[in-house]
Amino acid sequence: MQRWGLPLTEEYYQRDRSGHPPAHSPVYKTSVARSPRLPLLSVENSLSEITGPTFNHSALGKLDNDLIHNFTGDPAIGERTIVHGRVLDENGRPVPGALLEVWQANAGGRYRHVKDGYLAPLDPNFGGCGRCMTDADGRYHFRTVKPGAYPFRNLSNSWRMAHIHFSIFGAGLAQRLITQMYFEGDPLRAQDPIAGTIPDAAALDRLMAPLDLKASVPLDSLAYRFDIVLRGRRATHFENKLEG
Amino acid sequence: MPSLDYLPETPSQTAGPFIHIGLMSRIAGFDALPSEPGSAVAGPDVAGERIVIEGVVRDGMGAPCRDLVIELWQADASGIYAHPEDPRHAEVADGFTGFGRVHTDLETGVFRIETIKPGSVPGRHGGRQAPHLNLWLVARGINLGLNTRLYFEDEAEANAEDAVLNMIDPPHRRETLIARRDGEGAYRFDIRLQGGEETVFLDV
Repeated sequence: MQRWGLPLTEEYYQRDRSGHPPAHSPVYKTSVARSPRLPLLSVENSLSEITGPTFNHSALGKLDNDLIHNFTGDPAIGERTIVHGRVLDENGRPVPGALLEVWQANAGGRYRHVKDGYLAPLDPNFGGCGRCMTDADGRYHFRTVKPGAYPFRNLSNSWRMAHIHFSIFGAGLAQRLITQMYFEGDPLRAQDPIAGTIPDAAALDRLMAPLDLKASVPLDSLAYRFDIVLRGRRATHFENKLEG
Repeated sequence: MPSLDYLPETPSQTAGPFIHIGLMSRIAGFDALPSEPGSAVAGPDVAGERIVIEGVVRDGMGAPCRDLVIELWQADASGIYAHPEDPRHAEVADGFTGFGRVHTDLETGVFRIETIKPGSVPGRHGGRQAPHLNLWLVARGINLGLNTRLYFEDEAEANAEDAVLNMIDPPHRRETLIARRDGEGAYRFDIRLQGGEETVFLDV
């Protein structure tokens, strides 16, 4: 029988979970019944984890990265906002070809979703989702309106600070990540239960996108910068024959 | 002491209850972007046994979670991943992406995966891995996506040799990763996030 070993020595670094929110975070009540309580089984990388879905720039539509116009063609209401940044790995190397999917509430804090019953109105010209891919240097950008804050059922008066959801596909399944981007200086940060699941204030700081006036477009749009770091891979110092 | 200059991975945050907007907008109630990644794992011309897998995902109170998205990543019937780092990827079946996205129904909580049965794929140290789907679960209340695997009941011989299954201790918990045959081309796979029958989740 032919033996198919991994030709690679580039395994992903083991995930450092100390910078992530614990599964069981009572401050965010919904996590209590949805958190595994038994230890995760640690698995060494195989082809199953090193590979992962790949995407092509050609699969994206022209307006996919323009949430202001990609719902009806007419502009959505709200603060015109550019979000840009780089996707890097833990070694500081750019991750090209990463697919970013983003979704968010409209400027009033309302989602276009059958299950969102918040009293703020829908914007007829805002869908709330978009996509983009990173270039060879790991850079991405999209344009949207700044989302509004909104209340949600946790404590009787819990609010989400303004945020944009990000789903990121890197090169392999091991890099898959979903997170949220916040805006520099948001006054709701201290009471936000979901931000509060991150135990380390410095880690949460990395989700707070700074205002980037230099990247703004005068008389048009403000800009925020959000850099994303995915798991890194070992460098090949010594040959490591995984196929044995 | 000099510091190592590694960057820390960006912290995860829950996908929240409105995840469908970004990942499967038609479930949120509208069509937004021209194509949806993960809408077909294997095109109609891809060779392999067509299978359907259904199940529910229950929380620690036994209630079905009706707002999850499950992503799957798998090899084709010959055990090849559609990815440039699979040494055989040039031979992957035409029209095969290996990537799928399904949701748990907003009313019933049932998810439904339509795909082809994967072949066995290379493991470490020259071994073979039993046919499996790699699953990733995200939803409201899940702070960091949960990885697990789905194996097949009718692959008992391959399952007995699988390195991941064999690491699970106590052995009876291996059963939580085995989809049960449920008729011709059909399997049942229930997931338990927490509690006595808690599914084995992986740190990959």
